[in-house]
Amino acid sequence: MTDKLEAERPLSPHLQIYRPMLTMLMSIAHRITGASLAVGFALLTWWLVAVSMGPEAYASVQSFFGSLIGRALLFAFTWALIHHMLGGIRHLIWDTGTGLDKVTIERFALGTIVGSVVLTILVWLAAYNVMGGL
Amino acid sequence: MATPLKRVRGLGAARHGTETFWRQRLTAVANVPLVIFLIWFVVSHAGASYEVVKASLANPVVSVLMLAMIWSAAIHMRIGLREIIEDYLHNKLCKVSSLMLATFFSAGLAIASTLAVLKISLGG
Repeated sequence: MTDKLEAERPLSPHLQIYRPMLTMLMSIAHRITGASLAVGFALLTWWLVAVSMGPEAYASVQSFFGSLIGRALLFAFTWALIHHMLGGIRHLIWDTGTGLDKVTIERFALGTIVGSVVLTILVWLAAYNVMGGL
Repeated sequence: MATPLKRVRGLGAARHGTETFWRQRLTAVANVPLVIFLIWFVVSHAGASYEVVKASLANPVVSVLMLAMIWSAAIHMRIGLREIIEDYLHNKLCKVSSLMLATFFSAGLAIASTLAVLKISLGG
């Protein structure tokens, strides 16, 4: 019975109906970065397990992270992590019931994009600085 | 007579109310400082030798923060993956098996990384 009722319900307008808007893209980006962080978590686990296994395992994980693909993956991971974190802080602010007006949500969206890019570059500059330059 | 509506009202579909919603917020709040710590730790050990990294991870404060980060992130990830799967996968077999995989994946990473931190911390 419930199956039949569900089938007869009209569908609400979905994604393809709307003109892409910044806030909508941010919502999608929050999901995509969140899901991508699963790969990042796997990389972190691999790194920790390698340290626990010994110098040889650590050397092989470090050589992967040092490679071009490894660095690109880590750079994407850093950006996804920071973007998802800033987006999450935005959601926590919304949970208090503030910052939900049109002007503020647009500012939050821009702040998340600019902030995540700037912070990602700063993190990488700091890392290269620790390693002793580019 | 208890109709399905009456049974469900005020309880949420799974009778757990806002438990998952709350847990996602709680782990989100915890993740902010813990992830900043992780980024700081990784950056400050960029290019470091095996001995240095191992000794730093064995520090009790670092181990505790690392374990907190792993568990908070794993719970947060499991809820997030679940939400995405439930929104986009409607074929029952596909949905249920993906949900299982998401749980196995989250638990697997949490257990493996926990064991690694414990082994380093306890000097294995």
